[in-house]
Parts: sequence; C-alpha cells; structure tokens
Amino acid sequence: MKTEQLHHRDHFKNAVYPSPFHSRQKEHNQLREWSRWSDYLSVPAYWCESMEYFSGRNACGVFDLTPMIKHRVSGPDALPYLNRLMTRDVGKIKPGRVGYSVWCNEQGRVIDDGTIFHLEEGVYRICSQEHQLDWFLTNTLGFDVKVVDETHEVCGLAVQGPTSCAILKQMGLAGIENLTPFGMASFDFEGTRLMISRTGYTGDLGYELWIDPDHAEVLWDRLFEAGENRGIRAMGSQALDLLRIEAGFILAGADFLPAQEAVRPTHTRSPFELGLGWLVHFDKGVFNGRQALLEEKQNGSRYTLVKLDIDGNKPAKDSFVYTKDKKYAGTVTSAMWSPSAKASIALASLEAPHGQVGEELLVEIYYQRELKWSRVMAPARVVKDNFWDPPRRRQTPPADF
Amino acid sequence: MINSQHTIVIGGGHNGLVCAAYLARAGRKVTVLEAAGQVGGAAATREFAPGFRASVAHLLYLLDDGIAKELALASNGLKIARANLETVALAEDGNHLAIGVDRVDGGGLSQEDKAAYTEYRRFMSKFAAVIGALHNQVPPRITQQKSDLMALGKLALKIRLLGRDDMREFLRIAGINIFDILQENFDSPLLKGALSLDALLGTFSGPRSNNSVFTALHRMSGNNGGAAGALSVPAGGMGAVTEALATAARQAGAEIRTGASVSRIVMDGVRVCGVELAGGERLDAGTVVSNVDPRTTIMELLGMRHVEADFARRINNVRSRGNAAKLHLALDGLPDFRGVSPAQLGERLVIAPSLDYVERAFNPCKYGEFSPSPVAEITIPTIHDPSLAPGGQHVLSAVVQYAPRELKGGWAEGKAAFTQVIMEMLSAYAPDIRDRTIATELLTPEDLEKEFRMAGGHWHHGELSLDQFLMLRPVPKSAQYRTPVEGLYLCGAGCHPGGGVMGSAGRNAATALLAQASAS
Repeated sequence: MKTEQLHHRDHFKNAVYPSPFHSRQKEHNQLREWSRWSDYLSVPAYWCESMEYFSGRNACGVFDLTPMIKHRVSGPDALPYLNRLMTRDVGKIKPGRVGYSVWCNEQGRVIDDGTIFHLEEGVYRICSQEHQLDWFLTNTLGFDVKVVDETHEVCGLAVQGPTSCAILKQMGLAGIENLTPFGMASFDFEGTRLMISRTGYTGDLGYELWIDPDHAEVLWDRLFEAGENRGIRAMGSQALDLLRIEAGFILAGADFLPAQEAVRPTHTRSPFELGLGWLVHFDKGVFNGRQALLEEKQNGSRYTLVKLDIDGNKPAKDSFVYTKDKKYAGTVTSAMWSPSAKASIALASLEAPHGQVGEELLVEIYYQRELKWSRVMAPARVVKDNFWDPPRRRQTPPADF
Repeated sequence: MINSQHTIVIGGGHNGLVCAAYLARAGRKVTVLEAAGQVGGAAATREFAPGFRASVAHLLYLLDDGIAKELALASNGLKIARANLETVALAEDGNHLAIGVDRVDGGGLSQEDKAAYTEYRRFMSKFAAVIGALHNQVPPRITQQKSDLMALGKLALKIRLLGRDDMREFLRIAGINIFDILQENFDSPLLKGALSLDALLGTFSGPRSNNSVFTALHRMSGNNGGAAGALSVPAGGMGAVTEALATAARQAGAEIRTGASVSRIVMDGVRVCGVELAGGERLDAGTVVSNVDPRTTIMELLGMRHVEADFARRINNVRSRGNAAKLHLALDGLPDFRGVSPAQLGERLVIAPSLDYVERAFNPCKYGEFSPSPVAEITIPTIHDPSLAPGGQHVLSAVVQYAPRELKGGWAEGKAAFTQVIMEMLSAYAPDIRDRTIATELLTPEDLEKEFRMAGGHWHHGELSLDQFLMLRPVPKSAQYRTPVEGLYLCGAGCHPGGGVMGSAGRNAATALLAQASAS
C-alpha cells in the first residue's frame, strides 16, 4: 500500500494515516488496538507487551519506524548549514555514516534529538521525533541549501535483536554482517533501493531498513519469511519504550520537553542537563545555542539526567526523588522493571548539585495492588553504565544466532 | 598575529566618524574605511551636476550639542549658514502658511488654530524631550542588573515628572498616529498636512499609520540650537558637518581612508579578525565597528552563518523599506513659487496640502507604486550659501515621497516617470521650474541603497518605530552596539537612537566598546 498523498487537496480530512505497512500490521495486531504517532497509525502492542520486549532482546523484534519525521538536507552549503544548526561537529560524520545529535535554540535548550544520516557526499537525512520544517527552513537564511520534509516518501522498519543480522543475511542481503555500528549500506531489492543502517533505539544488535512506500509490503513479507525460524515478531511501541529505557536512550516529550513546545521556558533542558555534553563541540564555530551553552558551562547547569538503580521491584513511574534526608532532589522521567537487568530502573532529572555517580537517594513510589494504593520510599543510587549494553551491540561481524 | 588594539570602522558616515573620533580620543588605534572618495555618506556634499553641489541629507535638526561641543565642530570648520528655518506650507492657490517654532501665520488661519499651535508645540516639545533624553545612552537591557534597572527607572521617572496630565497624554499618544492628534487639535487642512509631514519624512508610514506620533517626536527630539526640532542649513552643505567630524577624528589620531570599500568582514573561528577590501586587500583588526546598516553588516559583510539562527532571523526581519526619494535640480535662477515672497524662498517649503492628500500619497507605495501626487520637503540651500552653485545659479533640494524601494516594474523603468510626476507637481507651485532646470538628479531608494549601503535605501538604516527603538534597535542582542559576534560592533543609524545626522549612535557605540574593553 502506498503512503497517503499528503499534497492531495483532501488530505486534511484525514488527521492520521495508515502506515505503508498497515495491511501487514493489521494481520499481526491481535489486540486490534491502534495509537497515533505523529501522522500515522501505530501499534502500541500487537499481542503482548512483555513478549514483544523479549523478542527484541532474545530474538528479533520488528518495529514500524515510518512515523519518524525525516528531513533531507542537500545543496552546496549542507555541511555548514548543519554545523550551524547542530551542537555537534557534523563534519565528523563521513558519507555512509550515521551520527546522533541534538539541536538547540538560542537559549541553549534542546529542541529535539535525532540521527543524521550522511546519505552521500553533501546529502543528509535527519530523523527526529518532532516536525522541524519551520525551524530548519528558518535556519536556511544565508545558506545555499535545500531542506525538504520527506517523512512520507520514506518508510522504515527497525529490525532489532540478536538474530536480526542472521535474518537479513537469510533475506539475501550479502555482506550485511560487515556493516559496523552507525554504518549504512544499500542493496538492490525487488527493483528498488533498500537502505540499511546499523542503528536502533534498543541498545542491542539491530538495523533499520529504509525503503520507498511502494515496496513496504514486499519488504515486510520477505523479512518475516526469512525470520520465520529465528523468532521474528512484530513489536509495538510499548515494548520499544522498555528496550530504550534499558539502553539509556532519552525520549522527547518524556525525558525532556522539546524547547519549541514549551510554554514555560525554564522547564526545558540543555544538552548538558540531559547528559549529552559530549555532543556539544565549541571548537567548530558558531552554532545555535553556543553562546548560552558557553555561559552554562562556566556558570554550571541547573539539572542532571541520571540513571537510577532502585531497590525493590516496583516501577518508579512519575516518582519524586529525594535525598537521604528527604529533601527534594528531582523527578523520575522514565521508569520500568527491567527484566534483563533484573532491577527497577529509571531515568531521572535531578536538580544540581545532585546526580553524582554513586549518590544514594530515595525514590517515592506509589503502587497499587488490587485497587489498594501503597507507598514506598525505595533506596536508590545513581549509576554510570547503561542497564543493558551487550558486546554484540558493537561486534562486527555479529555472532550467528 | 592580529593587532587586537586596532579598530576598524567600516563607513565614514557621520556616526562612523563620531565613533572613530571618540575611540581615538580614548587612545585606540582607529582606521575608518570609506568606500566613496570623500567622507560623509548620505551627509556629504556632492556634485550632482557640473558646478552644482547638494547633500542628500539637506537639513540639520538633530545634531547633538554635546558632540558638536566635545569634538569642537565649530573650530573644525562647521559654520551654520542659516539657523531656525521656518516652514512654508505651500497652497496651490498661493495662500501659504508660514510655520515657525513659536508662531504660525497666513493661510487664512483661525485664532483657534493659532492658539492650538502654541499648545501643540508646548506638549510635543515636552514629550520630545523625554525621547531626546534617551539619545545619549547605551540602551538598558532587560535584566535584573542594577545599572539596567536604574536606566529603566530613570525613564519611568522622566515620564512621571511630566506631571499627571501631561504624563497621561504622553502615554495616550506616544504609540498612536499623527492623524488623530492633528484632527483633535486643528481645523486648517493645510496646517495639518504640513505638520503631519514631519512625522512621515523618511518613514514607511502615512498619517493614519500607528507610530507616527513617535516619529514626529523623534524628529523634534534634538537640541540643535535651542527650540525643539529647529532646522538649520550648514555652510557648504551637510558635508561641512562630516568634514568637521573627520577633522576632529584625524586630530584625535584616527586614520581615514577613502576609496576603501569593504567587501567582507573576516572571521577567525568565532571572532572578527579584520576586513577585506573590494580589491582583495586584507586589514587586520581585533575590533570592527560597522557604520553600515545592521542588515547589510550581518547579512552581506559578515554572513548569516557566523551568527545563531534566532539572531539571523531577527536581523532578517528588521523592517527597512525606504520610501523617500531625493531630488536635486540645478537651476539657472531662482524659481518663482507663486505667492512665496523672496524672503520666504530660503525657508523650508513643504507640499502636503492636507492629511487626506498625504494619506493618498502614501497609499500606492504599499502596493509597490509611487505616489501620483507626492509630498515634498524643499530647500534652496544656495540662497544661504551661494558657493554651492555657479554665480547667480541655484540648487533645489527636495525629499520626495512616496517612492517604495521595491517598485513594481523596477526603478530602471520607473525613475523617469517619477521624475516627470515630481516636475509636474512642482510646476503647479512654481510654473517656471521646468524652464529654469539645467540638470536633474533623482536618487531613488534603490540608488540610496547602492550608493550609501543603506538596506532598503532607508535613511534611518531601519524603520524608526517603537518596536525598533531603544533596547529593540536594531534587534535584541545587538541593541547595546555589541553584536553576538566577538569583536564586531554596530555604530550606525540602525542602532539606537536612529538617524537624522545626530551622531549619538556613533558616540554611544564608542562608549559601549570602551566599557567592554575595560571590563575584559
């Protein structure tokens, strides 16, 4: 099925579109539940959130990425344009490579995060959570560059988990095993170009497959055929959320407020306040937020985003975080019981000066058992490493599962 | 190695020269680079026809007394040929109105209008002084810092000290349009038309446009020779002012290079390290001060990639649509303006017969067309200074509106047609004008933009309005003359407090730069 033609004059009559994979998602969607993700219908869970999570960790989970917002940046000034837009040095992302980045407003607050695909010399794709066309076009003043929103021209599947590489090999994608993390490769596929990047949002071995919407269904079919004996499963957004928290990945709208959506500017966060200082490259020249971030670097940040290892087994959803002497320290932004780490884990935004690795804190968790609410002040500590970080994530070629 | 003590001033207009003079007096090594063969920019006296000279800015009314004194302009050669010009509001029937700073006569004016004029002058002068008091300060920023809060407090106090009734009136009218105020006060269409013109010269607005009371006050905010808004004609044209400024700057140690057109500002990473001239010559400097308008400075000389996107967007949004054309006529003798006595001919003559006439003149420019019946401010400077033309001959200098920068069909086509329209209009008042004309020069906003590097050909380097004034001029994060680019400053009319051959922007920029240098 093709993507909806959004330039069609009646496009406004539909607020949400079926994804190009919709016919196949429908077959797998035993729960018959649909949610909205940007412009598309998405599946929260196909049959069981937990089992889908385990597919992603122990076999292969397939997630429809089409609703991710995609912008294409090209033209002679594409690189200087991106370097002024992004906090990181985009020049370090060579053609055929992918890099993670954030972009900020003038106050140095994060507008969004995303991945930059250097498709070919001077042509980039930026995948992000939020529509950015207005901001990206505002940024073109003074640059010879073309920016288009190509969200609806490209659809994508995340193929994540230990058997993902083997499945793609089974599909006949020769040499896929040689792709290094954050690398890209193109394949002839059913008369079109299939682009595969070794990227993902699960912190595990995994790939993302990008193709034109006309070939969405055949891609799905060939993938599931190839994965039949390797535990392939369609995976919904709830399972993906669990996988990304374990991997320590932040989510716009959950772990930070996109700066352009903020009514209260103080509620936004800088890259430093999200633990992303490593993405801020002051030595590359002017970029949006540079002046504010330099000042922040000198004067200190207001917040830190930390990983918490919490005692007990209650997910610390929406919890307040306190110091040991019960002074307010911050709030949890994402939390779960991690089946892989066998721990209650959380991402939390703490007020400075809290958040030193090893700091002992208390997390106030409200939980319910058969409609009865209880509260526990669970001891927790700030940890440095990701809760899930297997060596296979980086191994090339990956072991055959 | 960059000489960080060396300061380059791009542009030798009056503000550039003032800034250079003050910087040099403070011991800085300063070089002024002027693209033209002489200093002065739009405030130079230039030959427009063999033997005939005129200045684009042709009247002096805002020059800051303090600057004139501190830079000893009088002893550096500035002489006023004629002070306190009156305004003659021309009527087609010859029943003209003579408007002075404290009296108004002729035009069959009623006693009520005469009395109202005295009152109008009283409150407008008083309010203009509130605005004028802001001219010689670096605008405060919106911060919690004591100095900023004090500056804002002083402004509030100044307004409060107007007294209850006048303060109320000031707050009522400061943001609204001149049409309503004139309607409230006067009956005579000729008087109202002429008074409205002072609010509109050099702006993109008509009498009914909001903000036109503010521009009227701004024009009266100078302290040039006494009465608010008093007009004078320098001997030798406006160039005499800028030549005197140049002399003062040179005396203080500044170097001035003419014929040095800067093509770009050179960056070393995130800081300025010099400029490149049109011929390719590079000049190193740790500090560059631009007298060029903010849009041209940032968008063309620097390049948008050297500033953050929010700042770039704000600079791009600075409203700077020039609307005033400048006419210079070389005349073989004095023209005969019907009903204007020989004694009156040297005054300022204005063609703005009624508010509706002026509004109708403004209407077409919104749609990219020039006025079929324009308004004009006319002077014949040779009456006060015969040296500007060959013996017995004269120069007519007129600001003519409205002539939009973006003319439908372009000015290459439109210029001759607009010249015809103006000559037609002048003939209605001075029937012999065509016969007396030996040579004509019409400078459209496009010409002004090209020749003097003023975005949009706007003589204020950006619309003068409440949303582009004080700490909003040209845009936040550069309203204190220091741009976000390390080492780059602005000093022109595009900064507070705007244009009109005042010099305050240049001096304030020097103050800000020196304060910054001593702080770091």
